[in-house]
Amino acid sequence: MTAPRSLWSQIVLLVVIITVCVFPFYWMVTTSLKTQIVALEAPPVWLFEPTLNNYREALFEDGVLRTLINSLVVAISTTLLALILGVPAAFALARFEFRGKKDLWFWFITNRMVSPIVLALPFFLIARNLGLLDKHITLILIYLTFNLPIVIWIVTDQFRGIPYDLDEAARLEGASQFTIMRKICLPLAMPGVAVSAIFSFIFSWNELMFGLILTRTEAKTAPAMAVSFMEGYSLPYGKIMATSTLIVIPVLIFALLASKQLVRGLTMGAVK
Amino acid sequence: MRGQVSRKTIFAFVGPAVIGLAAVGIAPLIYAVWTSLHFYNLTKLKKVKFIGFENYSTVLTDEVFWQAMGRTFFLLVTALPLQIILGMSIALVLHQPGLTLIKTLCRLSLVLPMATTYAVVGLLGQVMFNQKFGVMNQLLGGADINWIGDPENAFAMIVFWDVWQWTPFVALVLLAGLTMVPGEVEEAARLETKSKWTVLRYVQMPFLLPGLVAVLILRTADTLKLFDMVFTLTRGGPGSSTEFISLMIQRVGFRGFDQGLASAQAIILLIITIILAQIYIRVFYKEV
Repeated sequence: MTAPRSLWSQIVLLVVIITVCVFPFYWMVTTSLKTQIVALEAPPVWLFEPTLNNYREALFEDGVLRTLINSLVVAISTTLLALILGVPAAFALARFEFRGKKDLWFWFITNRMVSPIVLALPFFLIARNLGLLDKHITLILIYLTFNLPIVIWIVTDQFRGIPYDLDEAARLEGASQFTIMRKICLPLAMPGVAVSAIFSFIFSWNELMFGLILTRTEAKTAPAMAVSFMEGYSLPYGKIMATSTLIVIPVLIFALLASKQLVRGLTMGAVK
Repeated sequence: MRGQVSRKTIFAFVGPAVIGLAAVGIAPLIYAVWTSLHFYNLTKLKKVKFIGFENYSTVLTDEVFWQAMGRTFFLLVTALPLQIILGMSIALVLHQPGLTLIKTLCRLSLVLPMATTYAVVGLLGQVMFNQKFGVMNQLLGGADINWIGDPENAFAMIVFWDVWQWTPFVALVLLAGLTMVPGEVEEAARLETKSKWTVLRYVQMPFLLPGLVAVLILRTADTLKLFDMVFTLTRGGPGSSTEFISLMIQRVGFRGFDQGLASAQAIILLIITIILAQIYIRVFYKEV
């Protein structure tokens, strides 16, 4: 039998997959710990004396800290807003029968297909006319176009999984639909709500194009800031990778926490 | 009756979401249609005027627009097969029994690329693929490839990063499909035949199809949306070799200041997206 050999080839294959996935992050973090001189050595060096200087400079001298706070404020606010608007709608879609329900569901979900540039153009003009450029609220609102569908998609699913008998019992006691949602179904749907919140946060935090077009300085987001380091000729690789690390670490932690549901969330709009 | 509630209750639950999404998702589209029917240049705002469908006829005969469109689909048909072949291989390896610990590790590492900020992927590309200081040429044994400055290499580099970021997604979707195959059925089939290919084709494939359809639909939509990573990595260059449709519209609207023309392009892109979605739905979800 060739079992041991195939076992080894399997292990090698798995190690290769892991390496390919992880190597860019390894390179990102090590580059962020290099001084500018070491970072621009050709060919690149693998062993060097690490320094946290890039982080200190990026955060406190170049203003990355503020853009991280902006990103945080925007991502948290838009997530909360999406939950406030989305959870009741999800409850209705899971529990009530009404005309046009299927169409409504379809409309919510297919929003994912629309290219953001289609919305960015008019949103920019509208925001400019209303004096809303470079304001957090503008990003908070436009991010609803992808956060609200994801919340509705995941939470509706979750509500559907809760036995109907519980509602029935509460209704006989005279509870209103709102009370049923809040007191009975919502606590049971919390896992779904949490996962959809994580998604909404990740998508908002990761977004670049709207941040680039709709903000300048005051509300500038962290990805937009990272990109602006690339302008000019000095190639501050260490600083760029330090900023990238600061942006990516929270997302990766959240993604690992929700790793089981990540695929489900990303297939929104394409599977029933 | 189960599920029967008053219209007032329904509106109270659904209304806020509908109004919210209509305000941010539909009202701007209507405004885009309005803009697309005007001469609307950000540097000549005093001269905004109604010009009917002139912007549309410009777009329809504009070679640059259709080239960007063609380039976008070329990226899709280059990257997607790679993602499916690699993703399928990874899924099949992970589906084999044994080696639980390293497989769990592998599954967790697969999550990382697809959660990564697209802009950071682009920045990583710049740092790792730099001709002189980049690690990629070093790993290729001291090669001297100009990745970012050469049109064909730049395109290949975009394919590389798209494949890096989204193969894990395909792999995990297909893996989910493989775990749906009832254990007894798979075992029975393996007793019947030694050929892994036969098992894949006749036993596992039916369970993989929904996932493959989902991948096809989502990768199509995402390629039409692709902006952040490419903008960060190449800005569409060199020349227009990596200028995909969303980047092109952004350039016309914000670097060329022609909002009217860009809006017309955006509306045409939207129409193409809707037609594609309809075709996909007709072909793949006939039963609905």
